This record gives sequence, structure tokens and C-alpha cells, in this order.
Amino acid sequence: MIKSYRVRILIKGEIMGKISLEVNGRKVEKEASDNTLLSTFLREHLQLTGTHIGCDTSQCGACVVHVDGNSLKSCTALAADVNGSKVTTIEGLETNGKMHPMQEAFKKLHGLQCGFCTPGMVMSAVDLLQKNKKPSDTEIRDWLEGNICRCTGYQNIVAAVKEAATKM
Amino acid sequence: MASLVGSRVERKEDKRFLTGKGRYTADINLANQTYAIFVRSPHARASIKKINIDKASKSSGVVSILTGKEIADDKIGGLIAGWAIRSEDGTEMKCPGNPPLAKDNVNFVGDPVAVVIAESLAEAKEAAEKVEVDYKVLKAVTSTADAMNGDTIHEGIDKNLCFDWLLGDRQKVKEAFDKADKVISIDIVNNRLIPNAMEPRACVADYNAASEEITLYTTSQNPHLSRLIMSAFGNVAPEHKLRVVAPDVGGGFGSKINVYNEDIVCSWAAKKINRAIKWVAERSESFLTDIHGRDHVTHAELAVTKDGKFLGFKNETIANLGAYARVFGTVTPTYLFGPCATGVYEIPAAYTNVKAVYTNTAPVDAYRGAGRPEATYTIERLVEKASMELGIDKTELRIKNFPTVFPFKQTLVHTVDSGDYVAGMEKAKQMADYKGFEARRKESEAKGKLRGIGVTSYFEACGIAPSAAVMSLGCGVGLWESAEVRFNPTGQVTVYTGSHSHGQSHQTTFAQIAADELGVPIENIDIVHGDTDKGTFGMGTYGSRSLAVGGIAIVNACKKIVEKGKRVTAKMLEANPEDVEFKDGEFIVSKSNKKKTIGEVAFACYLPGVRDEMKSPLPEGDEPGLKETSFYDPSNFSFPAGTHIAEVEIDPETGHVKLQKYTACDDFGRIINPMVVEGQVHGGLAQGIGQALYENAEYDETGQLMTGSYMDYTMPRADNFPEFNIGYTCTHATTNPLGVKGCGEAGAIAAPPTVMNAVIDALGGQEVTMPATAEKVWKACKNLKKSNAKAA
Repeated sequence: MIKSYRVRILIKGEIMGKISLEVNGRKVEKEASDNTLLSTFLREHLQLTGTHIGCDTSQCGACVVHVDGNSLKSCTALAADVNGSKVTTIEGLETNGKMHPMQEAFKKLHGLQCGFCTPGMVMSAVDLLQKNKKPSDTEIRDWLEGNICRCTGYQNIVAAVKEAATKM
Repeated sequence: MASLVGSRVERKEDKRFLTGKGRYTADINLANQTYAIFVRSPHARASIKKINIDKASKSSGVVSILTGKEIADDKIGGLIAGWAIRSEDGTEMKCPGNPPLAKDNVNFVGDPVAVVIAESLAEAKEAAEKVEVDYKVLKAVTSTADAMNGDTIHEGIDKNLCFDWLLGDRQKVKEAFDKADKVISIDIVNNRLIPNAMEPRACVADYNAASEEITLYTTSQNPHLSRLIMSAFGNVAPEHKLRVVAPDVGGGFGSKINVYNEDIVCSWAAKKINRAIKWVAERSESFLTDIHGRDHVTHAELAVTKDGKFLGFKNETIANLGAYARVFGTVTPTYLFGPCATGVYEIPAAYTNVKAVYTNTAPVDAYRGAGRPEATYTIERLVEKASMELGIDKTELRIKNFPTVFPFKQTLVHTVDSGDYVAGMEKAKQMADYKGFEARRKESEAKGKLRGIGVTSYFEACGIAPSAAVMSLGCGVGLWESAEVRFNPTGQVTVYTGSHSHGQSHQTTFAQIAADELGVPIENIDIVHGDTDKGTFGMGTYGSRSLAVGGIAIVNACKKIVEKGKRVTAKMLEANPEDVEFKDGEFIVSKSNKKKTIGEVAFACYLPGVRDEMKSPLPEGDEPGLKETSFYDPSNFSFPAGTHIAEVEIDPETGHVKLQKYTACDDFGRIINPMVVEGQVHGGLAQGIGQALYENAEYDETGQLMTGSYMDYTMPRADNFPEFNIGYTCTHATTNPLGVKGCGEAGAIAAPPTVMNAVIDALGGQEVTMPATAEKVWKACKNLKKSNAKAA
């Protein structure tokens, strides 16, 4: 899994390394300690604060991003683990200032309220439609089992995913 | 111009949330900031013998370590209960001190004893591990039902009893029960819940030594109220030197009403070290230290005639306050609970007695619905049981006891201005195909499944206000709301509200209201909230009050703008102000073709002179500018109501409960944005169904939280729900000019008894406590088999 991971030893045995990623189409290279989670790397090192942290047990799904095209809870991977990968975060979903059909559908059908779970929910839903172009309600609800929303009761999220499926 | 009120306007706030541009507290980083980690008690009850910070202080990157001693030395005040409740015998409630950092005693797992501030988060964590606290562990009190028999937690508070409160007339109730043909009684537990807003609590505190000002960014539902409490009771800084900002807040559900220990400690410490401090809760900290909700043990009785008329109601409840009484901790199980416990029914005599007890658990406070879910659960479980025992259809029994004349003087406190409960019931039955249930039950039976149907009719008192009422009941502040409408010279409008959106959609719905009132396009209206430096003092958002209180303040401020506009137009067009009418953004002199747009009038207000072509004189007595403020204090609460119907299917082999259908027919009065209201209903239902089927906060006998992560506390997921069937009846509230009622809590209030009534119906009337987990239901199914076998 760990690709070309160049390390050097810093104080107290903490290992620093250079993390190279392509994030939202832009090449980035930053020093980070070996225990830096991808979610922390995105938020603290790249200031991409659209990726949210809602729990400490990899349950809530607020931190879902795409790594090499697949959805991943970014709190479950070390930045070093995905070194060299292409990462897409919620900030990278628009094209030329135009929202992705999934983002449009969430807006149209009120698939969000406080907005905190939304980035992870949208990234997860986009990946679902990559893998299943016309999911049923049950398939949508099953897929989103790893994303917790406390505001919407999920109904409008399911509706938004179905709507997006007609536009993608 | 078409009216925006009543339309499905897409939300103005969505684009930033959908593109990752929301700005939540944890997203804020300040120059040269430090990081705080709190050292928390691992024991539910202990006295602190000694705290040794020597090793921790030498740890790398440590800036400061502060304990309860320093905070006491600086005379920083503690956390408070906002509502004073008197016991039946007239004595005042008993509240212990609740210092932001515990100095002598800790009273729940998670009670903070010290804060470690360091250059980095990792260093703060490492140093926090090295703080040595010597505890003398004491026996914890954790059970709600037995709290009065446990060791005394707080010195001087006998039986751990905060108050023993009565609402109603015991004698009248006794007389009613003496006349009854039958008494239905029930023992229920309203399970403890953890609100779990998806954004964990956080704060960033900054100190500006030049202006001697503290700025606190925090996850709050009511920044102005937080500032008031931190200033008046916390002694952190005078109000004019304390700015509280609640930026985008990721859900609250009541858990972010309170000022928390961390807010006070970080604000105080930032000034002490003269640097910014950032603290972000980990989810496990949220589980331990966010306020929890519900946690009642109740015995209730309903006196009835044999043909099903309700005569009297008794409610004896023990409510768990947790370790300390917090802001809405004492009012939630009293005035938000007792009055609603008689439900939507005409019951001639009733009382509610509540004994509020302290335990060594996290403080319990207002969680979505706050008191009203507990009340509705009590009466609706009882009514359903009465229908079984009397053999009267559950909907007919309810209808028989509905009031039909409004205003309806409810038994204990409220005068309900409007409603049509029969219409709500009839529509709900139709939507749910109530008649078709027996056929569906047979279908389920054919598959070896048990099917049940449950009904709840509820009303609730929300839009928490009016000041005269709440203050007479012990509230420490008046619960009005403010709005300020600023018409800019070039025609856009900024509306400042004292309420706060953490998902409720104020930016859109409040703009719809202002757009209609002023005739200004919605895209030219901005709603601003969440910053004590912007706009006037306000009370914040909880108790479904934003629209019914805050929304009306906006209407009133807009009306003042229009009044001034009429005077200015009259002067500009040489007419009488009485002859000027305002419609769709235009001031028109009646019986003439003379008119001015509101934009022209606003411009004139800012340029009140004459030069060349520009003639903008102001009428005598009017000052330049166009900005109006309203502090609105309503005449009454608002009273949404409705009927919900649920159907469940149980697999007796596994005990798994599947919610098959859920129908909600609510009366929220006039609806501003149907899309937003649907969202509120869906979310409330999910939390209510969560309480009934999944969620439970559990402490063991030593006071350790057994459900302290998402691995142990069951949060409802997308695959737990069917598609909800939502409908409305509409009777306008007569107590406010928009005719609106609150909608935010209805789902959480009605769903628990609706679902549980269905589960218990499927189980042939056997009681099961919430949450109706597979294990409990499976056991009940086994009992059912046994009793069926016996009967056969």
C-alpha cells in the first residue's frame, strides 16, 4: 500500500515524511509525521476544511473523500498510506464553478440541514452512482449506512441521490 | 409580485455547505494559537486529594496547566441553572456549585479537573497524560429510580433531591378517581438519550490585549445568551469586552444551548496566557460531557368512565438531572413536561408531581422536544392501554376526548389558541389507510410475522416565550426575540436576528418573510446571526421558537420600515401619509398615479437634501437613514398538534422490529417553506424513532458510560427507516401576525409513543421498554407464544 515513502527521523523518534498527492487536480507535497491521518492532512496541512471530523471510531462518515476514484473514510487511512494517490475532496467536485449533479440534487431536494455530514454524504453518494447507475431506494439506504446524518432523517438524501442518478 | 411565503424556495445557505465552504468552529485557526486538552475525571464520584502537574509542566511544548484552584482564585464563576423551580412545600430548589474546573469533588465521568495548553495538539495530549490526580473514589449514584436512597452526592442536598414539584390539584384528582369506572395505570421509563449533533463541540478563544477584549468562537445555539451567562455568572469579562461568535454550527438539538466548562475555561485562559486557544471535542468527549436528554421514571394513572370519557390523570415522575442542574435542566422536567402530560384531551382533573434527582452521570438538559416527548409518551402510552382495556378503538377513544372548541383551556397551564384535532386524526387515518390495517396484519401473519399499529395524538407548547409567563414560572430571563432590519442606501437589505440557525434554514425562510414584507427580491436580502458584535441582543434558537418569536420580530421591524417609508413618500410626493399605500415594494398615493419604489425611498432616507435633480426631503421629526429594530415578546406559546400512525412488523424468531409505515399529519399553522418544514419533520421523526427502537445511554453501577461511542450507542442510519408519509392540516395561530406555529420538535415528540404503541400492539399488549431492541422483543415474543399456547 505504501508507495515511495521517503522518511527521516525527527525528535523523539517521530518520523517525518514527505507526502505527495494530487488533490483536486493539483499536485501537493508537504512534510507530515508518519501518524498523520489523511483527514488531518487535508484539514490541517492543506486547509481543506470541507472534509469534516465527526467521530473517533470511523463510524460517522463525515470525512469521506475519494482516493483514486473510490470513496474512503479519510480518518481510516494515514496520509502516508495513500502517498502518490489522486484525492478528490468536496472542494474538488465542482467543475468550472458549476456544482456536480449530486450537489445540485442535494440543494434542490433539501438533502442537507446543518451541513456537517454533507461533504462525506455527497462524496459517498457520488461513488455509489459510479458503481451502480440506477440504485433502488434500498440500495441507496444500504450504501449510506456508513454515513450518519442527525438532521434529515435521510429521506431527502435518498431522494437527492435518485434525482442525481437521472442527471449523471 | 408572487408571495415567497409558502413557497419551496431552495436554501441560500446550501451552496457553501455543499462545496466545502462552510465555516465551523473547528475550521477556524488563529495566528499563534495554542491547543487545549482537558484532564477529566475517570471516576463518577470522587474527592480530589491532590493534583500534581510537575511532570506534565516539563513536557515538551506546554504553555500552561490550569486547575480548579486557579479558576477559583480568579473568582471565575460556575455553570448555572437558568430556571428556578419551587417544591410543592414552597422551598426553593437546591443546586450545587458547578465550577468550570472541579476543585474538590468530581461528580461524573468526564467532569474536567484541569486544562493543559500546549503549542500543538499532540503535545497537549502527551502532557495531559502526565497530569497526576489523586482521587479518593466514592460510591456513585447512577440509578434514576433509586437516587433518593443513595449516598448524598452534594453536601446539604438531602436525598439528592433538587426539588419535589407539583402542578395541579391532588384533591380534585382524588375526587375524579373516586368517580371512575376504571383506572388504567402504567409504569414507564423514558430512556436517556445523547443528542449527538454531528459536529462535536468546539471553541476557539482569543484575547486582544490592546482592546482588552476576549473573542470566543463556539458551537452555540445562542451566542448572546452565552455571553450574558459567561459575563454575569462566569465573571469572565464584562459583556462589552466579550464577543461570542457561533459561526456555522453543525446541529444542536438542545445540546448546544448550554455554556460549557470549556467555553469559560478557554476564554479565561486565553486572557491569562495572552494567546489564542483552540479546543475541539473528540466524539468520546462529546458522549461523556454534552448534556444528555430525557431519563424519567414515571408512574401514571388515568381515570375513565366505562364508555371512555377521561375523568382524571395522575403523573408521578422521577427525573434525573445528572450531576448538576444546567440552563434548561430544571424547567425541562417541570414546566415543559407537566402541562403537556394531559395531552390533547379534555381531562377535568390532573396533576403532575416531579421529583428531580441528582446522580453521578452527565447533566441532563433540553434535548429536541425537551419535556414534551416525555409528556406525550406518558399520556399516549396510557391512552393506548386504555383503548385495549376498554375495548374501544384507539382512534375513537382519542376523538371522544378531544376538545372541539378553541381557544381550549388545557387542564394544567395552557390556553391553546387554535387547532382542529378531529380533522388531524381523520386525515392521518386516511393517509395511513387505517381501515386496511387488519388485512395487512393478516398478510404479515401469513408470513409468520407479527404486525402492530400504533397511534399518537399530540399537542405541544413551543415558541418558548412569552416573558411575562416564563418569568412568573421561574425563568431567569425574558424569552422575547429581536430583529434589526437595515435597508442599505443602494437597496439591499441586511436582517439581523437574535435567533440562530444550526440547520434550521433561517437564511432562507427569514429572507422569504422579509422579501414579502418589503417587496425586495430575496437575493438582495441577507440574514445575519450568530455574532454578538452584529445585531442586537437575542435569546437564540431552541424550543421551536425561531420563527414564532424571531420571525415575528422581523415582520415587526419590516412594518416599521414601511411606516417610515410612507411618511417619506408622502413628503416626496406632497401627499398625506394616510393616503400612501404599500404593496409589492411600491409606495403608491391612492387615487393617483404617483408612486415611489422602496429602493427610491431608502435612497432618499440616506440623502435627505435637495441638489439639482435630487429632491429627497425628510419629513419633520424623522431622522435620516432607514434601519428599524423590534424586540418581540409574544402573547402566548404556539401550539402545534397532530396525529401520527406507525405500523411495525416483528420477526418473532429474531425479535427484529421493522418499521413498515410511518404517517405524520401535523398542524403547524401557516407554513413559510414546505420543503424546510418537511425536513424538520423527517429529522424529528428519525430522532423519535431512534429513541423508540435504537438509542439508549447506559451507565453501569459505578457510573461508567457503557455507550460512549458510535460502536456502542446506536445512531439511526439510512437503512433503519421507511419513507415517511407526511401531511398537514392547517389552522393558523391566532397569537402572532404570521399565523405560524413551531415545527422543529414535533417528530421527536410524537414518534416514540407512536412506534412503541405499534410494537406493543404487535406483542399483544405486552409492555416493552424503549429502545425496543431485538433482545427485549424476542423475549416478549417467547412470552406471547407461551400465553397463546396456554389459551389454546
